[in-house]
Amino acid sequence: MSDGSGRVPLLEVERLTMRFGGLVAVDDVSFTAYRDEITAIIGPNGAGKTTVFNCLTGFYRPSAGRLAMRKASGQLLRLERVEGFRIARAGIARTFQNIRLFAGMTVLENLVVAQHNPLMKASVFSLAGLLGLARYRKAELAAIERARHWLERIGLAERADWLASALPYGAQRRLEIARALCTAPALLCLDEPAAGLNPRESGELNDLLLRVRDEERIGILLIEHDMTVVMGISDHVIVLDYGRKIADGTPAEIRADPEVIKAYLGEEEVDGTTEPIIVAPAQAGAQSQRQDLTALGSRFRGNDV
Amino acid sequence: MAAASGLAVDKLPKPPVFWAPLVKDAALAALVAVLLSLPLVGLQTYDIGGGALGIRTHFDWVGVAGAVVFAGRLGLRLLHHLWGGRDRRAGPSLARLAAWGNRQTLPIALVGIGFAVALPLLPFSSRYLIDLGTTVLIYVMLGWGLNIVVGLAGLLDLGYVAFYAVGAYTSALLARDLGFTFWEALPFSGAVAASFGIALGFPVLRLRGDYLAIVTLGFGEIIRIVLLNWASVTGGPNGISEIPRPSFFGLPFARSAPEGVATFHQFLGIEFSPEHRVVFLYFVILAMALVTNAFTLRIRRLPVGRAWEALREDEVACRALGINPTTVKLSAFAIGAMFGGLAGCFFAARQGFISPESFTFIESATILAIVVLGGMGSQLGVVLAAILLVSLPEFGRAFAEFRMLIFGAAMVGVMVWRPRGLIAHREPTIRLDPYLAAR
Repeated sequence: MSDGSGRVPLLEVERLTMRFGGLVAVDDVSFTAYRDEITAIIGPNGAGKTTVFNCLTGFYRPSAGRLAMRKASGQLLRLERVEGFRIARAGIARTFQNIRLFAGMTVLENLVVAQHNPLMKASVFSLAGLLGLARYRKAELAAIERARHWLERIGLAERADWLASALPYGAQRRLEIARALCTAPALLCLDEPAAGLNPRESGELNDLLLRVRDEERIGILLIEHDMTVVMGISDHVIVLDYGRKIADGTPAEIRADPEVIKAYLGEEEVDGTTEPIIVAPAQAGAQSQRQDLTALGSRFRGNDV
Repeated sequence: MAAASGLAVDKLPKPPVFWAPLVKDAALAALVAVLLSLPLVGLQTYDIGGGALGIRTHFDWVGVAGAVVFAGRLGLRLLHHLWGGRDRRAGPSLARLAAWGNRQTLPIALVGIGFAVALPLLPFSSRYLIDLGTTVLIYVMLGWGLNIVVGLAGLLDLGYVAFYAVGAYTSALLARDLGFTFWEALPFSGAVAASFGIALGFPVLRLRGDYLAIVTLGFGEIIRIVLLNWASVTGGPNGISEIPRPSFFGLPFARSAPEGVATFHQFLGIEFSPEHRVVFLYFVILAMALVTNAFTLRIRRLPVGRAWEALREDEVACRALGINPTTVKLSAFAIGAMFGGLAGCFFAARQGFISPESFTFIESATILAIVVLGGMGSQLGVVLAAILLVSLPEFGRAFAEFRMLIFGAAMVGVMVWRPRGLIAHREPTIRLDPYLAAR
């Protein structure tokens, strides 16, 4: 796939750097996410993937760099300059590595809360809502209709009135994605959506994401460790290692990239198609160092996300 | 499934009694009892003349205490053992009662409202009972107001009494200095208290849980101390007196009125009775509380109410969905404070006199206890808990010094049997079924 073939850039990340004290979690990373495409960010643990997400969605303020979101109107929104909730309003929705549903509320309520902003507008500071005006009732029905649409899509319509916390793990993952989609985003950011899913469930997830991409005409940015998901559905893969971008290309290109193989499997040449599960013994030292980095990163993360 | 396991339990032979752990457990409890009662019961000081104190010992009583605890604990464990297999957390009947209550919210609420409306007309009602009912209703209203902040938005507020005080003093000052009547002062009390709610909300936006609780506790104390020390305006510890009583659409409740003004009893052509005012006050607070409840039930189903609950569940997720946590929190603080202020205005008019002593921390603690005991977020629970917490000490008067002991034991009991509050049931704000059916 080449540029200039009608790809619509949605998000442009330029020279993004994020430092936590002396630790450089993300170092000079640039990439672009396009509409109608699934862009995957992969990399070993502690490579800085979630930090990139947190910068994009306003949970961290980047130390340096430029994050520009192209809105439907053609305007550019500089994400590093606005508050997190405004980023979501501008059309970037996200899910979390550790699922963050509103556990004490029902499945349907989770999806209706996601439509807070249009509903709030319709309720005119709650006045129209308090008085029960038709204008608000119509907006609420539309919100329920949208929620029902996504519930049917993720196969949870039967359990709409269950507490979100009562759902099995895989359904909670799907619900979180549906909740993000209910905000009508232009770019959907998924942080390890296949984590903890069994092969059948991650297959269903692949289908869901492909359908969303094609039917909603939105861009999807995804962090994932599950290579069957990444290689199966991504149009475009970005590889991070120690906070640096080491590769950027189609899944086929990434699979053949010697840098990527080195990052995942160590210095020795190993068959490139092997799934990156085995750690070469020579790499043991580097691996433990990497875990230190992960621990450090999660300590910083602990506060916010 | 449940039935099957029940059958299995019935068919199993009774497990043998293992005496050793039972006796050990009872001995441990007795030891704790002896250690505790040694200084409390075992030693008694008395006057030996000349201002000096001597010590008497009652080690026999300590022994009795230990023996009673040993026997009691052993008996309790034995009973438990024999009745094994049943629900241990709640007495089964209590759990069933609570489950029934959760299903029948609407009928219970209607019966409750009917009873509250009819109370002054019932044959056994008395001035004392109506006064008590008025006090209960003030706490119900305060509990419903705080429920918005604590139960729905999940913001632990230990200084809620500050808004109650602000409302009371606003109406008292307006009445004293500008001659406002109760009805004229009422909206101002609510508005001023709401602005204080926002004023408190701003500095605590980033705080949660324990930290928030401490700041709000401090805020409550600041308000009380300002009221105490700003004597030129608030009258300091002397408070403000002669606050006008509410009138019935301009008709005062008095034996005689100044020239040209008809009193309530003259207007209706009935005999004057001081009870008229008491009953009227009761109905005023009943109406105010019901309005609070209706408002809360309604706003819970609006986007802002759902955002409150979402914020309680997960603030990070709220931000990721484009919900502005600042406005959501501030609206919860403001609306909760507004109801506190309205209740304060009523309190000032009912008492006719207010002083900072009415707005101590123990009031905040009582209101919070009502919300927590009732079951966070449950409107009906607040009513039950308010009745329990306000009237139990009243009925306990017969037991004189054991009053607070009974009160404490009742609270411990509730927390043991119903750890999530009397009514721990949350009704969804929206359901898919009726909408699907309508399609």
